[in-house]
Amino acid sequence: MNPVNYLYLAALLFTIGAIGVLIRRNAIIVFMCIELMLNACNLTFVAFSRMHGNLDGQIIAFFTMVVAAAEVVVGLAIIVSLFRTRHSASVDDASLMKL
Amino acid sequence: MTLAAYSTSTGEAFQFWVLGTVAVLGALGTILMRRAVHSALCLAGTMIVLAVFYLANGAYFLGIVQIIVYTGAIMMLFLFVVMLVGVTAADSLKETIKGQRWLAALCGVGFGVLLLAGIANASLKQFDGLSDANAQGNVQGLAALIFTKYVFAFEITGALLITAAVGAMVLTHRERTERPRTQRELSEQRVREGKHVPPLPAPGVYARHNAVDVAGLLPDGTPSELTVNKTLRARGQIRDVSSKALNDLKALEQRSAERLDRPEEASK
Repeated sequence: MNPVNYLYLAALLFTIGAIGVLIRRNAIIVFMCIELMLNACNLTFVAFSRMHGNLDGQIIAFFTMVVAAAEVVVGLAIIVSLFRTRHSASVDDASLMKL
Repeated sequence: MTLAAYSTSTGEAFQFWVLGTVAVLGALGTILMRRAVHSALCLAGTMIVLAVFYLANGAYFLGIVQIIVYTGAIMMLFLFVVMLVGVTAADSLKETIKGQRWLAALCGVGFGVLLLAGIANASLKQFDGLSDANAQGNVQGLAALIFTKYVFAFEITGALLITAAVGAMVLTHRERTERPRTQRELSEQRVREGKHVPPLPAPGVYARHNAVDVAGLLPDGTPSELTVNKTLRARGQIRDVSSKALNDLKALEQRSAERLDRPEEASK
């Protein structure tokens, strides 16, 4: 097997995540799809790290994980506060730029 | 030295095709499942598969971190918020913009084709493998890079994490602006409104079903939603046993009729 297949798999996962962001209405699931896209990028970085024979790709994937953790914390806090004011987690209901 | 015909072992190929299928199915489940809890579990499965792929690609530290941080912390945070928020949050299947879903899927597929074609056209001839880079150990190699070349980015990461923690606390903290009502005030309000003055009726039927999701039956045999917890009502998880009771009664009558008929038949 050619290691390029990892890149194809990552591209496929990224595409599925992008479609999910476009078609789902529930803010939590949209957020999960964003996580899926971040993970697909991480897989690309790790695969390239192996192809080029150095660890820089793994370092960047590591930083992506840190940023994803911070993003999840803030994003879920926003979803919780949106739910408190609107009693709904649908992205359609959050059409006004205020809480 | 050029390694044009570099390829992985058969074992890794087998692992890739089996687990890759699982990963894609998990991703599809994430975007297709109607309930947020099921989506979260599918995504957790995909993340575990990705962790195995990291390990297979020589990223031992990242593979373990993926399991601990992503499936251990982030997905559990997701599940926590789903339990907190998503009780009533079954996604509505009604399209708010006409044809948006099909257009979005079409755009997504087009994007995927572009991405895959880009990878297919790229000249990826160089495959070195990580045996040299991991010679001192994967964690040691990563540490050497993080604390020399990427040390500034690493310190910025600390600032980012602190900002995120403070931001989450600020966003979710809520000052109570009014005093919580006491039990006496609540009971006085109930009497004033004249609605449900005694406690709410208990769930369960005929001392046979005392589960909380079984609605109590009214005298005419219809289930009373009032007897079931508000959360279960919102989830639509009320179990209706009104027809079951009638069916049981019918079966009992039939059995007793058979038993009463049999001696007559025997005497004939």
